[in-house]
Amino acid sequence: MAFDYYQYLRTENLPHIWCPGCGHGIVLKALLRAIDRLKLSKDELCLVSGIGCASRLPGYVDVNTLHTTHGRAIPFATGLKLVKPDLKVIITSGDGDAVAIGGNHFIHGCRRNLDITLIIFNNLIYGMTGGQQSPTTPMNRMSTTTPLGNPNDPFDFAELAKAAGATFVARSTTYHVRLLDRVIQQAIEHKGFSVVEVLEDCPTQYGRRNNLRTPAQMIARYKDLTVSVEAADKLPIEDIRGKLLVGVLHHVERSEFAERYDKIIEEARGASS
Amino acid sequence: MGWRESMVYSPGLRLMSGNEACAEAAIYAGCRFFGGYPITPSTEIAEILSFRLPQNGGHFIQMEDEIASIASVLGASLGGVKSLTATSGPGFSLMQENIGYGCIAEIPCVIIDVQRGGPSTGVPTGSSQGDIMQARWGTHGDHPSIALYPASVTECFELTVRAFNLAEHYRTPVILLSDEIIGHMREAFTMPVVGELKVYDRRRPRRDPDNYQPYEGDIPTISAFGEGYRFHVTGLYHDDSGFPTNDPTSIGRQERRIVRKVIKNRHDIIEYDGRFLDDAKVVVVAAGAVARSAIAAVKRARANGRKVGLFRLKTIWPFPQDEIEQLAANVDTFIVPEMNMGQLFEIVTMAAKGQAQIKRINRVDCEIITPSQIQRMIRESF
Ligand SMILES: Cc1ncc(C[n+]2csc(CCOP(=O)(O)OP(=O)(O)O)c2C)c(N)n1
Ligand code: SF4
Repeated sequence: MAFDYYQYLRTENLPHIWCPGCGHGIVLKALLRAIDRLKLSKDELCLVSGIGCASRLPGYVDVNTLHTTHGRAIPFATGLKLVKPDLKVIITSGDGDAVAIGGNHFIHGCRRNLDITLIIFNNLIYGMTGGQQSPTTPMNRMSTTTPLGNPNDPFDFAELAKAAGATFVARSTTYHVRLLDRVIQQAIEHKGFSVVEVLEDCPTQYGRRNNLRTPAQMIARYKDLTVSVEAADKLPIEDIRGKLLVGVLHHVERSEFAERYDKIIEEARGASS
Repeated sequence: MGWRESMVYSPGLRLMSGNEACAEAAIYAGCRFFGGYPITPSTEIAEILSFRLPQNGGHFIQMEDEIASIASVLGASLGGVKSLTATSGPGFSLMQENIGYGCIAEIPCVIIDVQRGGPSTGVPTGSSQGDIMQARWGTHGDHPSIALYPASVTECFELTVRAFNLAEHYRTPVILLSDEIIGHMREAFTMPVVGELKVYDRRRPRRDPDNYQPYEGDIPTISAFGEGYRFHVTGLYHDDSGFPTNDPTSIGRQERRIVRKVIKNRHDIIEYDGRFLDDAKVVVVAAGAVARSAIAAVKRARANGRKVGLFRLKTIWPFPQDEIEQLAANVDTFIVPEMNMGQLFEIVTMAAKGQAQIKRINRVDCEIITPSQIQRMIRESF
């Protein structure tokens, strides 16, 4: 039987604001399937976001939802998760939201290792404000603020997350939908700060300016641009040079922040009695 | 007794600083979350709460900056927990966008701003009253503002509790303006026992979750995330349901309601300490540290037979303009001493509506305005 997405959607808020062909919808569906497989109840879930096209996602999902200010989803979620540790907190964020304006919160979120899942909708551009460069816009590509080609070096979010201390880091794309399902589920199941980067497409703002004419063309290119971590292990180095790895890139266990804090509460209470 | 234990006060007669009183009062008021970033002269509040909160089952977290601090406070409050941050001018500026978010999304929380000298980094260890306007207009757009200003250690305690009560009652961020002098001075103070001061908790919805409208009514009820109501919170203009709207009628109604809930109830919110006002011809209007000098000056002038009164502001915003306007009809002169270039002076002038002469004393060298400075101006005013 076909999957019933409507059971999780606030149908009264549809249609959504996303453009036809936008990758955000593919990630939304993958997230809903993961929630369903994990049998998470709607009441125990909280979706938090900042500002941007990607950050409009929570409004469409029938769970607890918090749409905050640009770049600040992680600190909002931090306060909420600490006082409500039983909530499953998932952040949906654009590349600009999560790692440009929110860059400092991103690295500190990774360092703290609260049990929060961050999904970065990486469309290589600022969608909502009209196609300005983002921290992942590739070198020499066009955006409305790099009309002569982007002179900046892009960030590798996965490497950044790993270096900052995230305990689960994965990457998928809107082409690798089954992998996307799997890594979102694993990230939610992981106890600690988990980051899923999803390479996706913004036909309206990125594709149009960078010679990618159709959404299908944009998605298909991720097939050639990537190689899975499992396959990369077996391939000769020439075959993987210049390609992006997809799959689970980093997975370690480290004590979780709220649990560490519980011990502090215990100790402080002991000291007072 | 270790240094951590020395941070703990129990009810009774104590010697403590204004900042210590604010921290203890937060615990008393039921605050169980603090997110903050260190900045002089507010730091003691964070340091004390880093021990006192876990001791009371609450959470303290030092965030990466002030933007994150206020964001974490708003997040924790939406989890149903009374939440606080404390800062000083530069940090207060960084918080402004999210304070506005707290106003439009109607999230109760308390922000303590222990004012330091000057714009920018100014004088970290110096005092000023330079954030009076920032407390009103720091964030963008129109929004309600409630700001209280204590003038003693006792009031640091009482007004911190009151700040939480007002935040919970009106479902909005409340600012406690303090200043370096008030924050760091020590006074003998009788710490109240539990139950002595009223502690107010937010009104939770009682309706069934399917019909919950988180922004319905003059002061809407508020649920906590994870308690079955599944509501949406956004900084975008929203309708009663909480979801974004572009409908001009809804937008206007929402904006007017959040401002009105404070303005309409200003007589509940405004508190001041009026002394010798009945027959006064000259009235000193002051707040915070400077109000202490003003009390001394007014008492001395009274002892010399001059008809002087004191209007000490405990609520800065909403500003008691009706009260000042009424007074203005009966007095000749207002004297406004303050440690800035004239922020209170301007609002007193507006409130007096030309009915009285307004004189000013401004000091911006981080030194307190002395009683004799004020006395001199009182003498010149007769
Ligand atoms: C403080 C602040 N600065 C700037 C903006 C304007 N703004 C809104 S969305 C956005 C960029 C969003 O891009 P991204 O996070 O990549 O998400 P996308 O829209 O591409 O999904 C910006 C700069 C804002 N809302 N707030
Ligand atoms: S502008 Fe781009 S990111 Fe935004 S909805 Fe349209 S396609 Fe998606």
